[in-house]
Amino acid sequence: MLKPETATIDALKAFVSAVKISDFREQVRAVVPANQIYDVLQFLNHERGFDLLVDITCVDYLRYRDATDRFGLIYILTNTVTNEQLIVRTFLNEPDLIVPSVTPLWEGANWLEREVWDMFGIRFEGHPDHRRILLPEEFAAFPLRKDYPLQGRGERHNFPVITRDNA
Amino acid sequence: MPQAQVETRDVLHDEPQDYLWTLNFGPQHPATHTTLRLVLKLDGERVIDALPDIGYLHSGFEKIGEHLNYNQYVTVTDRMNYISPMTNNVAWHGAVEKLLGLELTPRCKYIRIIVSELSRISDHLLCNGAAGLDTGAFTYFLYAFYQREVIYDIFETLCGARFTNSYTRVGGLMYDMTPLVIEKIRTFCRNFPKTLHDMERLLDRNKIFVDRTKGVGVLTKQEAINRSCTGPIARASGVSRDLRKDDPHLPYGDFDFRACCATAGDCYARYLVRMQEMWESLKIVQQAVENLPSGPVNVGIDQRTAFPDKRWVYSTIEGTISHFELQMSNRGFEVPHEEIYYAIEAPNGELGFYIAGDGTETAYRARCRPPSYIHFAVFPHLIRGHTLSDIVAVLGSLNIIAAELDR
Repeated sequence: MLKPETATIDALKAFVSAVKISDFREQVRAVVPANQIYDVLQFLNHERGFDLLVDITCVDYLRYRDATDRFGLIYILTNTVTNEQLIVRTFLNEPDLIVPSVTPLWEGANWLEREVWDMFGIRFEGHPDHRRILLPEEFAAFPLRKDYPLQGRGERHNFPVITRDNA
Repeated sequence: MPQAQVETRDVLHDEPQDYLWTLNFGPQHPATHTTLRLVLKLDGERVIDALPDIGYLHSGFEKIGEHLNYNQYVTVTDRMNYISPMTNNVAWHGAVEKLLGLELTPRCKYIRIIVSELSRISDHLLCNGAAGLDTGAFTYFLYAFYQREVIYDIFETLCGARFTNSYTRVGGLMYDMTPLVIEKIRTFCRNFPKTLHDMERLLDRNKIFVDRTKGVGVLTKQEAINRSCTGPIARASGVSRDLRKDDPHLPYGDFDFRACCATAGDCYARYLVRMQEMWESLKIVQQAVENLPSGPVNVGIDQRTAFPDKRWVYSTIEGTISHFELQMSNRGFEVPHEEIYYAIEAPNGELGFYIAGDGTETAYRARCRPPSYIHFAVFPHLIRGHTLSDIVAVLGSLNIIAAELDR
């Protein structure tokens, strides 16, 4: 993917003043405040033509060196016409783990946001189908958080076993 | 799984419609090929709504990625899309090398292209073959599967493993390509066009197959982009995006090939795009094998990233030091405190890895962008209004690999 044009970066800076732009190995990342994330994404979608939402993911910075915030939410956007790619990040802290859902902008965000909720416990306000996706609904923890152990907390052993006789 | 949870959702918001009935499709069903479940709302034989219920094969690959080092995790990527594991290997180590800022040797890049394109052929053969099988073309499936065996043989000669290859390493490859492998690839390139012609003659104008797939599961260009579709599925809808052309991390620019597109966006278009992509991949493999650069496959010893050849380890002091330093937990790679996203054009679509490095030789976060997961989210949209028997045609054309879907 190409780096975003300077016009895109300038427009983004003009749209939201608190944006922090950084650059690593030809990838441009924009960090925006959590309360403006929906407006920024809407602006990028409507005004700058970022029509393809490649991925939504999250990183838990609990044990990351020099990290000041707990969660980083990452939106990877691509413009299919000009081939620009931009990574938009925002930081979230407990207890405000809630951001507006971007499903009105991109249908593809539906399952991606459900996975972030399932794995990290970040809520998406206005999501049309806010359920867990990979794990059972009665699962209590969020397994990709750093304070969740690799071996689990005994969920596997305590899972109800249904035999043929009492099904 | 909480079955009641899925079924109580009100699909049609008007008065209760008693004539509708619910059918569980899967998780074990011959046409799902792997473990995935659909809860269907049926009106007679017509599908009113479908609710995918996934997670049966969830094995926490991303959590494991935070506990295995960059070289060990490649074995897990094999298990994601096990139909084309080589591509997953190339994508994972490409991402790691981008994080480390490593530049590969020309020979390594070419070999990675050859194995990715061979696995693309192998993936499309299975996908189209199974799509044919599900719609009743058993002979076609056998033609496809025979050629997959040949590709497995090539991989076995190359790295010893047929199915889960784990072929790449940070900064290079497990083994170099030997003359025997090159000879086998050349033989494959000579024989494969005949099979591909046969396959096209069998199915391209087969009335039963065309009737089953044409106009079924239509995805428009607008929807394909909006629903994050990539790969053959987006290209069958008219999106010309192909990462081999648009964002080539490997030297795809050296080769003469086309990105294949269709405009119809139905199952038949997806089938045709995959058939055409096999021709293009074959062209790339032929060109890459004939122009394979000489030289080493791994980056040099002084870069301290790839394990040196055993000859060096046993006979030189630099080799020994380099080998043991890479084994020690505190002397391995120098990883920046940074995050990168790296994607390649996998057979199924855009396969990306988002890695957060934290200075150690284990990823802090190893996110995989799985194409199957994103494409399966489109499935209810594609199937609404079609009949029960169209489900197998649509599922086959989406090429859902449950291991990649659930990870």
